[in-house]
Amino acid sequence: MRKATPWSTVFDYLVTATGETLYMVAVSTLIATLLGIPVGVWLQLTAPGGLRPRPLLHKLLGFVVDLGRAMPFLVLLVLLTSLTRLVIGQSIGPTAAIVPLSVGAIPFVGRLVQNVLSEVHVSVVEAAVTTGATTTRIVRSVLLRESLPALINAIGVTAIALLGYSAMAGVLGGGGLGDLAVRLGYQRFDDRVLWSTVAVLAVIATLIQFAFNRAARAVDRRRHASV
Amino acid sequence: MITVENLTKTFPGSTGQVRALDGVNLDVAAGTVLGVVGPSGAGKSTLARCVALLERPDSGAIRVDGTDLVSLGGSALRAARRQIGVVPQGDSLLRQRTAAGNVALPLESAGVPGPQRRTRVAELLDLVGLTDKAGSYPDQLSGGQRQRVAVARALAASPSVLLADEPTSALDPETTGSVLTVLDRARAELGVTVLVVTHDMGVVRRICDDVAVLEGGRVVEHGKVLDLVSDAASRTAASLLPAVDQNPAVERSYDRVADVVLVGFAAVGALLPEATSRFGVELNLLGGGLTRLGETPVARFRVGLNGERADSALEWITEAGGAVRRTPTGPQGVAA
Repeated sequence: MRKATPWSTVFDYLVTATGETLYMVAVSTLIATLLGIPVGVWLQLTAPGGLRPRPLLHKLLGFVVDLGRAMPFLVLLVLLTSLTRLVIGQSIGPTAAIVPLSVGAIPFVGRLVQNVLSEVHVSVVEAAVTTGATTTRIVRSVLLRESLPALINAIGVTAIALLGYSAMAGVLGGGGLGDLAVRLGYQRFDDRVLWSTVAVLAVIATLIQFAFNRAARAVDRRRHASV
Repeated sequence: MITVENLTKTFPGSTGQVRALDGVNLDVAAGTVLGVVGPSGAGKSTLARCVALLERPDSGAIRVDGTDLVSLGGSALRAARRQIGVVPQGDSLLRQRTAAGNVALPLESAGVPGPQRRTRVAELLDLVGLTDKAGSYPDQLSGGQRQRVAVARALAASPSVLLADEPTSALDPETTGSVLTVLDRARAELGVTVLVVTHDMGVVRRICDDVAVLEGGRVVEHGKVLDLVSDAASRTAASLLPAVDQNPAVERSYDRVADVVLVGFAAVGALLPEATSRFGVELNLLGGGLTRLGETPVARFRVGLNGERADSALEWITEAGGAVRRTPTGPQGVAA
């Protein structure tokens, strides 16, 4: 049996890997949010009963989105290698991992956003329509603003999903905590590295959940009458 | 001010096409309140949605100040929507905005700059009596208060027509009163023309000048409330006037029995006593009662008359403005 890696070295590994993971998750969550929200808005606007119902377009878009979500992330990683090389210039490292992570999360965010937007009551939307508001204004001031707390929660869910995916990307040369856990922890049978990585991942997931919950509550103006 | 001409709307249903509106005509004069009533499924909701320009009718016109709004699209449609303020059915406020923020929404749509917007919002919250609730969120308001905010929002962009779709359906009788008061005030203080779609005849009783009865997608009765109540055969009279019970045993002891509808202070107060003294007849009230339509007292009494000049007395009441209908159960012509 090999000697366990000293704690100080484990700590150094963890700091570097955590930095890489946070970088991957933060940037890909941001990109997926920025690109996924328009997809979700588009899905909702073209839905039957939406502001701009286009059933055929809606079905087509929905099909593409669901296909993207059904794609195993590992397959997507491999599929997107050439795109990554085109965009980033290389296919290895945390920055390169951001491309498949973002692309994979866009349809995910799109569906979540559409679900959230569809919860805005139709009478609220129609009331805005009768004021003579443009569709752009209704999307901005009514659909997105009314569902802002739920949108923030949806992005939190996405960030945690991306935390998981980033571990997978890590194995394929992305670095980060997943890479650390598999290469040093699993393949070199170092339980100390393996379990401390799991602990750090659990802490990160908890912190993400907590932060997004807090943010969602902070922007929510719905209160019960007794408050 | 607003006219609806020959409006038709058909929906695909499970058993073929359903004709929700079948040639509806309405005419609301400037500064008056029209109540559109009718049973469930009569087409009220469809009519309201068409007038709110949320639903495009198959054919027909909706004219505000002579301009047909039905065929408009794009920015012309958005501008037209500002002419018709809508209080939609059900909860329609933005829950993430304060009362003031909700009232400001139509002004934002119309591109009114901030300072003017704030002044206008304050005026409207004052009109609906919610100045102290400007900073409250919908979840902190009662149902009646939320509905009054919705009325203020509908009025914000100074529309010439206010459409209220079942504005009181979710409210208890007390808060219903406060919402109706606000609608009536909008007409009185802003001169706005009001169209209320409702299943509640109490709304017609309280605030409507005119009424249109919708049934099976058609207007089966349309006119001034005070005119229609004088017509005993009208649905409006049947649902707004006090009921008269039949009492054949009592009625047999009179030469003449008739139902008399009296409209206005003068008529209700003086007509029957004066008929008694003028024609020397005995006139007794057998049933019915007094009510109020808006500010106007209105009565429907069943009266029994004894005396030689009973017929003359009834004729005189008719000439003086009472609506007289002799009841078929009365012993007509016995004493002639």
